[in-house]
Amino acid sequence: MARVVVDVMLKPEILDPQGQAVQRALPRLGFAGISDVRQGKRFELEVEGPVDDAALARIREMAETFLANTVIEDFDVKVES
Amino acid sequence: MTARIGVVTFPGTLDDRDTQRAISIAGAEAVPLWHRDKDLKQVDAVVLPGGFSYGDYLRAGAISRFSPVMGAIVEQANGGMPVLGICNGFQVLCEAHLLPGAMLRNTGLHFVCRDQKLRVETSATAWTADYAAGEEISIPLKNIDGRYTADERTLDELESEGRVVFRYQELNPNGSLRDIAGISNAAGNVVGLMPHPEHAVEPLIGTGRTDGLAFFTSVIKKLVTA
Repeated sequence: MARVVVDVMLKPEILDPQGQAVQRALPRLGFAGISDVRQGKRFELEVEGPVDDAALARIREMAETFLANTVIEDFDVKVES
Repeated sequence: MTARIGVVTFPGTLDDRDTQRAISIAGAEAVPLWHRDKDLKQVDAVVLPGGFSYGDYLRAGAISRFSPVMGAIVEQANGGMPVLGICNGFQVLCEAHLLPGAMLRNTGLHFVCRDQKLRVETSATAWTADYAAGEEISIPLKNIDGRYTADERTLDELESEGRVVFRYQELNPNGSLRDIAGISNAAGNVVGLMPHPEHAVEPLIGTGRTDGLAFFTSVIKKLVTA
């Protein structure tokens, strides 16, 4: 079985207060040198059958209509071997 | 004629009973609708109440949007049926693309629960005709994903077309762009807002104000005279 990973991130222009809260906590925890944090979502899809162009097209459609809200989020589809 | 107003219950909806009660107090018949219903039981209008439908999993409203009842609601809303989305209902309407934009986590990252002052910016919608444009009302607000967001072009369009229906006054509780608390579609039959008019319809309960009642009397008047 092949795995397809869909990463969903807030668009760059959208404020991410959760990422900011993580970034602000880092120096307090002893992790220096991180100037910015953006928090996103990762979906790992176990695909039955071959990951061909048709399967990938369906996954992109799934990401666009459901996994991501493209008003506020971008997504990226990657095949993991 | 008594207007029949449907109230949808999704798994995780919280405010369906209060919404049904508000509709009865305003003088209409509240018709319970279940998320699996494909048929809207010939209601004249629909309210999507607040709560955490489907646990808010993935994004608030993201899963509810695909429930069977929403297919019929989208179709009839596009045909002019009045639809009001309150809080989680507003999030569902955005996810269903009946209203533009999206809702994000509050800027302060806290769940906010307060009596919220709003300005009613327009009375030219199915749900605000009984208010005067510019009128200030105070109704409860309770959410964690209430930050209204849309791109600049959409925001400008909403403003120029008079589709910003409610704006937060005195304090912006969640970081919503341009202090937007509620918007409408172009036709004015679909309205969504984060604060809760259904919790402010009886003097005995809550803050003692009945500022939310006119949402329901507005739509009833429209339906009865239609």
